[in-house]
Amino acid sequence: MGLSNEELAYLEKSLGRKASNVELSMVSAQWSEHCSYKSSKKYIKTLPKRGKYVLEGNYDTTMLDVGGGYVLTIHIESHNHPSAVEPYGGAATGVGGVVRDILSSGAKPIALLNALRFSDMRDAHAKWLFKNVVRGIADYGNCIGIPTVGGEVEFDTSFTGYCLVDVSCIGLCKRSELLKNRIDEGDYVILAGGSTGKDGIHGASFASKALISDDRSAVQIPDPFMEKLIIDATLEAIKHGYIKSMKDLGGGGLACALSETADKFGKGIDVMLDKVYLREEMSAEEIIISESQERMLYIIDKNSLEGFVSILKKYEIPYAIIGIVREHKNLKIYYDGIIADIPASLVANAPLINRKARARIVINDTLKPSEPENIKDIILQLLEDPTIASKRWIYEQYDHEVGLRTVIKPGLRDASILRLYEGKFLAVKLDGNSKHCYLDPYHGSQGCFSEACRNIVSVGAEPIGMIDHLQFGNPENEYTYQAFIDAINGIADYSRIMDIPCVGGKVSFYNESKHGEIKPSPVIGVIGLLDNVNRASIKDNDRIIITGITKDELGGSEYYEYIHNISAGNVPKVDIQLDKMLFPTIQKIVNSGLVNYVHDCSKGGLAIAISEMCILNDIGAEVDIKSIKNECNRLDDILFSESHSRFVIAVSNNNLPKVKELLSSLPYSIIGRFYDKDTVSFDDINIGLEEARYAYDSITRVMDHG
Amino acid sequence: MRIGIIIFPGSNCDKDVYYVLKDIMHLDVSLIWHTKEDLKGYDAIILPGGFAYGDRLRAGVIAAFSPVMRSIKMLAMDKVPILGVCNGFQILVEAGLLPGALIKNQSLKFVCRWCNIIVENNKTPFTHGLKLKQELRIPVANQEGRYYADNIKDMIKRGQIVFRYKDNPTGALDDIAGVCNEDYNVVGMMPHPERASSCILSPFNSDDGLLIFKSLLSYLEMRRWV
Repeated sequence: MGLSNEELAYLEKSLGRKASNVELSMVSAQWSEHCSYKSSKKYIKTLPKRGKYVLEGNYDTTMLDVGGGYVLTIHIESHNHPSAVEPYGGAATGVGGVVRDILSSGAKPIALLNALRFSDMRDAHAKWLFKNVVRGIADYGNCIGIPTVGGEVEFDTSFTGYCLVDVSCIGLCKRSELLKNRIDEGDYVILAGGSTGKDGIHGASFASKALISDDRSAVQIPDPFMEKLIIDATLEAIKHGYIKSMKDLGGGGLACALSETADKFGKGIDVMLDKVYLREEMSAEEIIISESQERMLYIIDKNSLEGFVSILKKYEIPYAIIGIVREHKNLKIYYDGIIADIPASLVANAPLINRKARARIVINDTLKPSEPENIKDIILQLLEDPTIASKRWIYEQYDHEVGLRTVIKPGLRDASILRLYEGKFLAVKLDGNSKHCYLDPYHGSQGCFSEACRNIVSVGAEPIGMIDHLQFGNPENEYTYQAFIDAINGIADYSRIMDIPCVGGKVSFYNESKHGEIKPSPVIGVIGLLDNVNRASIKDNDRIIITGITKDELGGSEYYEYIHNISAGNVPKVDIQLDKMLFPTIQKIVNSGLVNYVHDCSKGGLAIAISEMCILNDIGAEVDIKSIKNECNRLDDILFSESHSRFVIAVSNNNLPKVKELLSSLPYSIIGRFYDKDTVSFDDINIGLEEARYAYDSITRVMDHG
Repeated sequence: MRIGIIIFPGSNCDKDVYYVLKDIMHLDVSLIWHTKEDLKGYDAIILPGGFAYGDRLRAGVIAAFSPVMRSIKMLAMDKVPILGVCNGFQILVEAGLLPGALIKNQSLKFVCRWCNIIVENNKTPFTHGLKLKQELRIPVANQEGRYYADNIKDMIKRGQIVFRYKDNPTGALDDIAGVCNEDYNVVGMMPHPERASSCILSPFNSDDGLLIFKSLLSYLEMRRWV
């Protein structure tokens, strides 16, 4: 099975005997990289976790106090291996898993987001994956009635034969209804939801090595209707105060849920494995590690049992009492006699691995493409680049309205905005940039963090927390492991200086297929709070301001990668001190209503940022290139550089003096104006609004008609 | 007056409709689990959107056999106003309370989008406060929302077309977004009025959806005095 010789020796030494087959199955599932974080724990601990809004106390997940008597939590999960084999079911069950995660914390899931990565869309296999991943997410999320409000997609050939499917869920709960989160001797352990079958056997181990074979038995089967019943029943039970603690069954199945629950509370559990209701004939080992979906484990005391069971019956959810909480701190598993008797803490805490790391030779050769003749064509090609183009084809398949919270819908602004309660809103965005992170994991991941923050700030919100999903290739590869460490350091440094704590995260290694490793792909999510939503749009004759300085740092830019196929050069570096001063100022400018629109300048650079603003606001623009503060020698560098700390702002002439005053101590330039014409102009480069719009809608054309 | 919102296993817009009727319009409204057999005392019934029974077999087909549907059929005969939104519309069609069928969208995809719909019959309880040909901005969100009926000409003659899309998102026959029965008291519509009932949730700062619920309110008030 999955254990190394050292791990097996450690297990037997701790037990003082040989492990039984069932014990071995449990341990190898729970000690897989996927469940145990044995290669990453040491480094994840360096991320700052405390902050102004973070609730102190012993919670399973980080809870943020968002006022009004409410607390909020956010999770992120990936389902990469399963999605690469069976994109529809893999992506759908990814949604189901993260939703049950949120539910386990006692919160109501109120919104979903996703970050996806595929190979070039000209690759038919990538297109197939893309189409079915989106359909899987849509069918599952829509059916369970949780809006999918935002996301992020990147296309890069390092994902050939593979894909990344990250799903994030936000949960909201009344502070007064937070779970008791304690368990006592004699409490019942109830398994409820779908039946246990052979799907997803060894799923956690499957996700903890390279994807070489298409092992379909390791992929789970989605049942969103059962999930919806579980959500409704669980929320009803929480309202009645019936649930003491709960845990969803995900990677590692019962082995993981039972051992982590027992270990967390320092208790033991007597498990009657024969009580688990099955879909098909299975061995004890298979039952304990099956990853069949839509199952939850609840800890209920004697007094609440009747009430709790009546709710399950109302929703016609199958259930079984499969265990009793004991003081002995072991998992004692009975199945025609005792078949396992092992300390929960031993199962739940894999020995950590000290891996070797080695810095890679930096690829920053100064090779530059020859200066292009036709900049206009390049702008149109970049608008067509699926990484940049409109994601309408995707988000229109997601119900993003259900729940009556979605104030700013996907595709309209840099971040989506949700109504938390009367007078309080949440802005949320996921960002990633595998191209930058490949060339420079430290600055690349820091850049993703900064970009996600800019998206939050540009709608006027204050960033209050960050989640990270760190996705890499094989950690046994010293270079890959070093890239992981660099990325964590980049994120931790930014988090510390900006005072934005890490409120959730996940690590996923072994993202490699027979085509090789993926590029390092941290995905960063940032959430922010705001009291008012500024809905203004760009008006005729609004002036254009850009903050920050445009620098000659085009390594990993869409311009180099998508247009010139160059994967080299210096990636943009974040000026953290500048961000620290700039963000509160931009927030103030947006919230005071002084500006009509703010847009983050990132993938594709300034030329794309301005074009996007024009397309979305149905307005033209003229930009005077020489007035852009820059450290570049070439026109293409200025237009397509992805330097950080840049916001593009539309402001009326009337408000211009006030905005200039607020920005006075910061780098900015006034570079042109928007106007009621149907052209976007950079000096004498003129792009028709209609041709820009056509290019920008490329994904719909390729997917529906191509 | 009392308005009932039916919850089937898998409904997911029940609380949204409840919010609009209760928190915005301050009406006497209750959520009713689908196993309830007696609906005496309700002046209007709303079947909300969602995925009753996970849309298994076909959207709405299993819910149409829920215990509560027997009473709903009785109420329909008694001319009690009944509105089905999205999945509720699909259920009413499957239960035979409305004509036609809702089939897979022409794109074969789920579509969530704000649409403009036009009022074609303003004599139903849910539209009588609206002007004929009035345009409303209300979003759709469905995968089996493409209306189809064999006897469309007769339906048009009898005034059974209640709403038409200005920009048909599903490929529905004759741009049909909503229909009613021959007595006009049972209405089904694919767009979600509850999602268009507060300005803050609308990209157009509109609350046109509220007009449909306000129509119901004034209809019920009027009827009380008749």
